Amino acid sequence: MTTGAMLLEAACAAGWNGLLTRSVGPQIRGGEAAALVRLAVEPVECLADHFDLLVGIDWMNAQRFEAEIPLHPGAIIVNDPAVGEPPAAMRAAAGRVIELPITALIKANPAWRANMIALGATAELLGLDSEVLHALISKRFSDKGESVVAASVAAIEAGAAAMAAEAGVAKLARAQKTDVRRWLITGNEATALGALRGGIRFAAAYPITPASEILEWLAPNLPKVGGALVQAEDELASINMIIGSSYGGVPSITATSGPGFSLMIEALGLATAAEVPIVVVNVMRGGPSTGIPTKSEQADLNIAVYGLHGDAPHIVVAPQSVPDCLLTTQWATHLAESLQTAAIVLSDQFVGQAQVAVSRPADVAFIGQRLKATQFEEPYKRYALGGNGVSPMAIPGTRGGQYTADGLTHTERGTPTSGGRDHLAQLDKRRDKLDLHDYGGLWATLEGEGEIAVLTWGSLTGAVREAIARAARDGVKVRLIAPRLLMPVRPAEMAAALEGVTRLLVVEQTHSAQFHRYLRAHYTLPANTSVFHRPGPLPMRPGEIHRQIMQGAAS
Amino acid sequence: MSATVPLACKPGDYKSDTKPIWCPGCGDYHVLLSITRAFAALNLPPEQLAVVSGIGCSSRIPAYTSCYGFHGVHGRSLAVGAGLKVARPDMTVVVASGDGDGYSIGGNHFMHACRRNVDLTYIVMDNHIYGMTKGQPSPTTEPDFDTALSPGGTGLRPFNPLVIALASGANFIARAFSGHVNETAKIIVEAVHHPGFSFVEILSPCVTYRPDQRAWKDCVRSAPVEPTDDAARAARRLMTDDGFNLGVLYRGDRWPYQPRAAATVTDLAEFEKGFEI
Ligand SMILES: Cc1ncc(C[n+]2csc(CCOP(=O)(O)OP(=O)(O)O)c2C)c(N)n1
Ligand code: SF4
Ligand SMILES: [Mg+2]
Repeated sequence: MTTGAMLLEAACAAGWNGLLTRSVGPQIRGGEAAALVRLAVEPVECLADHFDLLVGIDWMNAQRFEAEIPLHPGAIIVNDPAVGEPPAAMRAAAGRVIELPITALIKANPAWRANMIALGATAELLGLDSEVLHALISKRFSDKGESVVAASVAAIEAGAAAMAAEAGVAKLARAQKTDVRRWLITGNEATALGALRGGIRFAAAYPITPASEILEWLAPNLPKVGGALVQAEDELASINMIIGSSYGGVPSITATSGPGFSLMIEALGLATAAEVPIVVVNVMRGGPSTGIPTKSEQADLNIAVYGLHGDAPHIVVAPQSVPDCLLTTQWATHLAESLQTAAIVLSDQFVGQAQVAVSRPADVAFIGQRLKATQFEEPYKRYALGGNGVSPMAIPGTRGGQYTADGLTHTERGTPTSGGRDHLAQLDKRRDKLDLHDYGGLWATLEGEGEIAVLTWGSLTGAVREAIARAARDGVKVRLIAPRLLMPVRPAEMAAALEGVTRLLVVEQTHSAQFHRYLRAHYTLPANTSVFHRPGPLPMRPGEIHRQIMQGAAS
Repeated sequence: MSATVPLACKPGDYKSDTKPIWCPGCGDYHVLLSITRAFAALNLPPEQLAVVSGIGCSSRIPAYTSCYGFHGVHGRSLAVGAGLKVARPDMTVVVASGDGDGYSIGGNHFMHACRRNVDLTYIVMDNHIYGMTKGQPSPTTEPDFDTALSPGGTGLRPFNPLVIALASGANFIARAFSGHVNETAKIIVEAVHHPGFSFVEILSPCVTYRPDQRAWKDCVRSAPVEPTDDAARAARRLMTDDGFNLGVLYRGDRWPYQPRAAATVTDLAEFEKGFEI
């Protein structure tokens, strides 16, 4: 596993962009594992249709990865003859097998490690400078002692030397080194950093795949900025804890995945009714129920948008790439705080756990700014009507601002009531404050022009963008429309985005076309609209989307 | 903030003008009185006090005080209170609950709140019934108590909240009776002063669905022993008493949980270094 990360880091240092995802077998520890790496000169946001190179250190249970690691006739398999043969289907798909005698090399040099030999061979086949790798080895292994560094360097050299004689291997296009600062980051880390930048200072959560890395990043870092993370006994506790901390004036977050998100639904309604800002990240995995914890799907759209009982307007946003997790979470924090409501960030396993090599994402100015009450007319009306629906919130400790926050239908003062007039007034207030807000251009990614458009969301945006670029090379112009803001809906903006579109393709990763149903419920779509949807666990590849675009374009 | 404010100190100053929805004669009126007396005795300005609750007749109490209040969803008050206290250690936090809210739907949070030992006071108004939903059995209802939902009784052994609190790590355990307003107020003051998680179970009759509890005033008595800091002795005491011994029964010396620390990093760009190559 470290081999994949080292390859990505070395390629990143050499100026390439890249993306790494991991796939592991069902064992908790050990067992078969594959690091899937894509490198390119241009930014990489999704996996390619095929892999060009498969390096096997051993092939135990490797047939499990057949569907996940599609190869093509130009692909090369690197194989250690001493550990057996690659799975037959993989062997049949690839054009060429190169032998790398890893076992024999280690027999002669017991200090060498198989993964370092494989890394050297990979670097040589790709055309990656050995200096970059050597620098990386020194950085990573220097605390293990000089002999470990020396053995690793020697193993890498040996792996490279074994490949040097192989003719006819297409190298990667050379990357240009730039002065732009480069980052290696996962979507979950970017989410956590975005939260911190947005002003989050408290988190409470319960561990769950694939969201735990967000918590594990925040746990040591929140205290450094005077905040805290509490590991709660369950998700009911975690969301109620952050409601308590945010009621106390501290911007707060929790992160979870489908099963935990389901447990949070009642309290999400409380946050909207009591108007307590909170940010809830749902890193979606395959569902329903425990589903597929380690694989991605977009099937929590319905529960995020419609899951709350009663009429409970709230924010739902979705990041569109690994670096966009930073922007989107920071924005979500800003929205939750400004609008005093619950903001759900619908990330997913793919963007959450993928690690990318990218240029440092641009800074954005979004910081949580809560409208606070400091001067009080007697008596203080916490849920005062009027204006844009956002009423100043008294923070505990503020003299004269005492009120009781309530999930019961309440008056402007917060007193419980079952009166129809107050009920309607507060429902209107909570709807209006969200509807009247100016979400600006971030509400959606809108790219390109033409009469054909693809409408997608979340982590599929990268694959769709790539499919559209391919269509452009085929001479077909296609627009990309990808809302980052899923709730509240933006009918006027969407109508403008769809202006002149005569054919629409909706692309999503669900079994039941949830996104298409959502679009039909809230927006007017062109008569000629088709939907391409399928569930996980396999990530959407640009090629399958491209085929859908071209099929329609031909007819 | 608190230091500069001239203090009110009168129980009435901690009462709001919201009229309680409780039935006439409900024990919770007395609990409210005890709480406001305790707050006055604590000499804290109302804005430094927060009363947090869930759902139930008993859980209506926050809005009847003049403090900051939070009336959340059923069973989750301890989580809300812990989040508030950890984020705002300067606030004095009292969490109020009922036997259904605290021991049934919120039972898991109860155990973990005891164990976590956040510095707050947990008051449970125990009437051995679900009052708000009109008389269903709670975890502390007697096995033979007949209700529409449990014809002939549940047949289940009642839950012993004090024993569970002790076993889970509560740092202060007391039992009070709502009818003894001054004694209860004193116990609440002591509970607030005691560091860590302080648990005060208040027997508070539901006159509507448990008219038999009017007899409680004749059953309760001061515990015949002094409070102990010995958990084993406390366990024996709590497991063998009949549920009517009043007073502080256990005082522990565990250090409260407070993970919030002073900031050491002011420039968020520091955090980017971990991602740079
Ligand atoms: C999730 C949820 N389930 C059920 C209810 C209905 N409910 C309201 S109060 C209550 C029981 C309250 O009992 P207790 O905590 O003992 O309070 P009391 O009314 O006796 O003071 C129930 C079951 C609810 N509000 N929310
Ligand atoms: S139903 Fe019982 S607990 Fe509820 S207010 Fe009436 S007497 Fe009190
Ligand atoms: Mg009760």
